This record gives sequence, structure tokens and C-alpha cells, in this order.
Amino acid sequence: MNEVFTVPKEPEATSAPRISDWRRFRRVFFQRKLVIFGVVVLVILVLTAIFAPLIAPHDPYLNSLPERLQSPSAKHILGTDDLGRDTFSRLVYGARTALYVGFGTVVISAIVGMILGLLAGYLGGIINAVIMRVMDALMGFPMLVLALLLAAVLGGGLQNVIIALSIATLPGYTRLMCSETLSVKENEYIMAQKAIGSKSIRTMVRHVLPNAFQPSLVLITTMLGNVILAEAGLSFIGIGIQPPGAAWGSMAAVGYRFLESQPLLAFAPSIAIMLVVFAFNMVGDGLRDALDPRLRGTL
Amino acid sequence: MTTYIIRRLLWGIVVLFLVSLIVFFSIRLIPGDPVLIYAAQQAGSGGGLTEEYLDKLRVQYGLDKSVPVQYLNWVKGVITGDLGKSIRYQDDVGGLLLQKLPPTLYLGLISVIVSTIFGILFGLIAAIRRGKWIDSVVTFLSYIGLCVPVFLLGFLLIYVFGLKLRWLPIVGYTSPWKDFGLSARQAPMPVVCLAVVSLAVTARQMRSSVLEVNNMDYVRTAWSKGLRERVVVTRHVLKNSLIPVVTMLGISVGLIFGGSVIVETMFGIPGMGQLLVQSIFSRDYVVIQGGTLIIAAMIIAVNLLVDISYGWFDPRIRYE
Repeated sequence: MNEVFTVPKEPEATSAPRISDWRRFRRVFFQRKLVIFGVVVLVILVLTAIFAPLIAPHDPYLNSLPERLQSPSAKHILGTDDLGRDTFSRLVYGARTALYVGFGTVVISAIVGMILGLLAGYLGGIINAVIMRVMDALMGFPMLVLALLLAAVLGGGLQNVIIALSIATLPGYTRLMCSETLSVKENEYIMAQKAIGSKSIRTMVRHVLPNAFQPSLVLITTMLGNVILAEAGLSFIGIGIQPPGAAWGSMAAVGYRFLESQPLLAFAPSIAIMLVVFAFNMVGDGLRDALDPRLRGTL
Repeated sequence: MTTYIIRRLLWGIVVLFLVSLIVFFSIRLIPGDPVLIYAAQQAGSGGGLTEEYLDKLRVQYGLDKSVPVQYLNWVKGVITGDLGKSIRYQDDVGGLLLQKLPPTLYLGLISVIVSTIFGILFGLIAAIRRGKWIDSVVTFLSYIGLCVPVFLLGFLLIYVFGLKLRWLPIVGYTSPWKDFGLSARQAPMPVVCLAVVSLAVTARQMRSSVLEVNNMDYVRTAWSKGLRERVVVTRHVLKNSLIPVVTMLGISVGLIFGGSVIVETMFGIPGMGQLLVQSIFSRDYVVIQGGTLIIAAMIIAVNLLVDISYGWFDPRIRYE
């Protein structure tokens, strides 16, 4: 008897590629030179952040007023800021801040956003209505204005900026996950799960989530760049990371005051931000092409 | 169609209501007492800092009531067109916003027009010359546009055109009706900064949209009829690839309002962005509430117009 009513075999989760998939993934991913460039920049960024104390020639927080606003020299290869702090060392430590904010924000917002999207899409009804209307309300603000508001509410500082940006970027994940869940839900294997009486939670986590996950992965990578960009904007205005913390955005704000005499002070951190955001966007693009070419142009 | 518009309007009001809740209650969590900050500023210029004076101010601005009552009073005011009184400026918020909106709207409108027109143009050219050098240039520039911090672009423009060449003034805003020449020299740098992100987004969207339309049967038919390229592109490809780009308009408006926060701070433009930042620093609740509510209302309105315009671009679209 039991052999007749065998439980349908769980479909292979498409997000866990087999060997041939993995090879194809690698081939497509590394096809474009800009993607390789992005990977190189990110590797350098991560290494810089990890080994910051070894790379930085000076203490990034040490004021030295006699040495203020110096041009590049052998001792200070990128010069010094208005308090005599070594620009290159602050740049190196700024990599830590950028990565910390980027990953911290994306982890929080992606997890919370995807859970909400999964619930809204799978359960539907009133839960869907409530979650999605709140997301609509959050999207009624420009992202930067919302982040500004939340950062002001929470007060500046690393942790609070991460929380503010997490809330501000939540709707993207929720909406994407919700629409993916809605389409995955129509598949026969989900109906089969329901037919054998599998619990909702189990179906959601084991079957809907793995099959609706891929587009979110691409969004996460691109969001890393966007979040770093937004944090830089907040810190530039003066609501993000507070001094003496080394954040590229606030370094740029200081540099703006000395744009004419020491342009490097403004340009160095801004170019660092641009490179990193560019790298994350390229890796996100490569990921999208390699995972699912159909997504091209939709994210 | 009419029922669709009415339903969307009602949705818009629901969303606005949620927006007002979020704004109002989150602002009340901001540490710092606005009355104390104001009184401290006044104390510098001779005002007293006594408890009675502070209490008098609290009663005057309704801050002595409980938070839900404050919210109800505020909503009651908003519905009748009274956005409350700014604590810092000692002025009606409605009047203050009316005074700060024109610079933002003026520069924002130019930015939307610039980014839409050039975005469509660049995206179209890149797509119909797919794989040629011009496609690579447009694609690469749109990548750059998406990742350049607004202030880096500002630095670059200010450094080159303001400080080195001395062609353009680096700060300030003048209404074009007051002094057109000065306004025309002050506007370009902020406009470029505001427009660049949405220009990049629009160009990318347009490119992929045109590539999709190019594969349609009716485009192949148009070619095989022997129509010239200009006719095929303008008559058949352009209009049909505009729908996804029109959707971008709502996103563009959001991006430009977000960008105005940084751009107005940078270029010293007395607009909404600068007002918001200053109000956050001085904990001027009423102004932040009114300002964000107005911005949200405008974004919701633009998105509504965008949704309605689909029917014009593609008559097959029916509204349930």
C-alpha cells in the first residue's frame, strides 16, 4: 500500500547548484571584464577592512594640529585633514565602516523583508493587505528622506544608521519576495505538499523559499552598494556616522570645506565610495546573468 | 476608468494616512525637547529660561497634551489646510512650505525633464546601435551614473566650473522671475547633480525596453514593408517602448526629492531638502511632519498619474 502512495519526492532546490550548474555559473559570471574588476575591488576592500591596523600608516583618530591640511608627502601619501589626521589611514578605516554598514543593513533588511514578503505572499488575505500597505507607506517617501527621518529619530552612530537604513530598504525585499512567492505558490509541487498535509510553515521554508530566493540574492548584492551610497549621503549631511568615526561620507563633508585648497580631501573618499558601489553593482549584474538570464533588465 | 481612478485615490489617502502615522509617531521618539532648544536659543538673545516660560510655550504649541491627542489635533488641522506652526521659525508651516517649495520644484522639474528626455534618447540610441561603440559608452556611463555619490559629482562640477574656470557661481538660488541671467547660471550644477541618477536609470530601462520591442512581430513587419529606419524607430518602436519608462517617472521624482536633501545642503539652496535637514537638527516637529507629508503626497500623486497614463500609451490596457 505504502508504495502506491509514496510521498512525492521533494524537488531539488534550484538554489543549490549541482557540479555542472556550478561550472556554467562560473563561466557566465566571469565572462565580463567589469564583473572581474568588481570582484577584484571587493576582495581588496574586504582585505583592507580586515587588515586595517596593519595597512594604515598612522592612527586615523590622532589629531596633530601642526600638521593640518598638508598636501600629499612621503609621510602622508594622501595628505592630512583639518585636524592633522592622516587621510590615507582614515580612508583605510573607512572601509571597515562602509562594509559594516553595508552588510549589517543588508542582513537585517533582507531577513526581515523576505520573511514579511513570504508571509504576505503565501498567506495572502488580511496579512498580505496589512504588510503590503505598510510597505506602500514606507515607499511613499524617497529612500534618503526616510533614512534621514529615521536616523534623526534614532540618533546618529553606526548601529542606528544601520537600523534606519534597514527599515528604509525593507520594502524592496518584501515586494520582490511577495511576488516571487505568489508565482511559486502556483506550482504543482506546492499543491502536492498541501495535499499530503504538510504544515504551512514547513511548505514555506522548505519549498517556497528556496524556489523564490534567487531574485532576492541579486537584489541583496545591488542593495549592498545602494546602502553604502545612502550611508555616505547621511554622513555627508551630518546625520550618519558621527565624528571622530572614520566614514567616507563625513570625510567628504569635511573635504568640501577645503575643496579649493586641498581638493584631495573631498575627492579621495568620494571616489572610494564610487568604486565600491560600482563593484557591488557589477557583481550583482554578473550574479543575475549567471543565475538567471531571464532576470536581465528586470532588477 | 473613473471607478479605477476613484479607487486609486482612496488607496492614496489610506497610504498618506499611514505615512502621517509613521512620521508623527517616529518624530515623537527623537531625543531632545524642541521647546527647550528654542528657549535656549532665545535665552542667548535675552529671553528667560524659567519653568513657567517653558510651560507657556508648551501650551502654546499644544505639546502639553498626550501624543495621541496631539496627533488628532494635527490631523484635524491638516484636513482644514492648517499644517501647524513652526517652533523655530515662529511661522505657519503651510506658509513656510509654500516659500520653500518653489526652488525645489523648479530645479526638480527641470531635472525630471532633462533626465527623461536624455534618458529616452540615450537608451534608444544605445539599443538601436546595439553592440556598437555608442552602446558601450551609454551602458558604461549609466553604470557610473548609478554609483556616483551625488556629492562627488557636485565636487567635480564646483571644482572645475566654479573654482578653476570661474564660469558658474558655486552657491545660492535665485528665482528665474527675479533675475533670469543669474538663475540660469546658478541652476545648471544642481540640476546635473539631481538629474544624473534618474537619467542613468531611465536610459537603462529604455535600452532594455527598446531591445524587447525590437523582437516584436510588428517591428519585423514594419522593416519588411521596406519602411525607412527613422519611420520604424519613431512610429513603431519608440511609443511601444515608453511604458516601462513612464513607470520610471514615479521613481525619478522620488530620487530627485531624495537627492535634493544633499544637493540643497551642498549648493545652499533654500528649498525643501535644506528645510528638512535644518528642521531635523533643530527638532522642529511640525515642519518635519508637514514637509514629509507634502513630499509623500506628491510622490503618490505622480504614481497615480503614471498608472492612469498607461491607458494612453497602450489602449489594450484595461482598468478593472
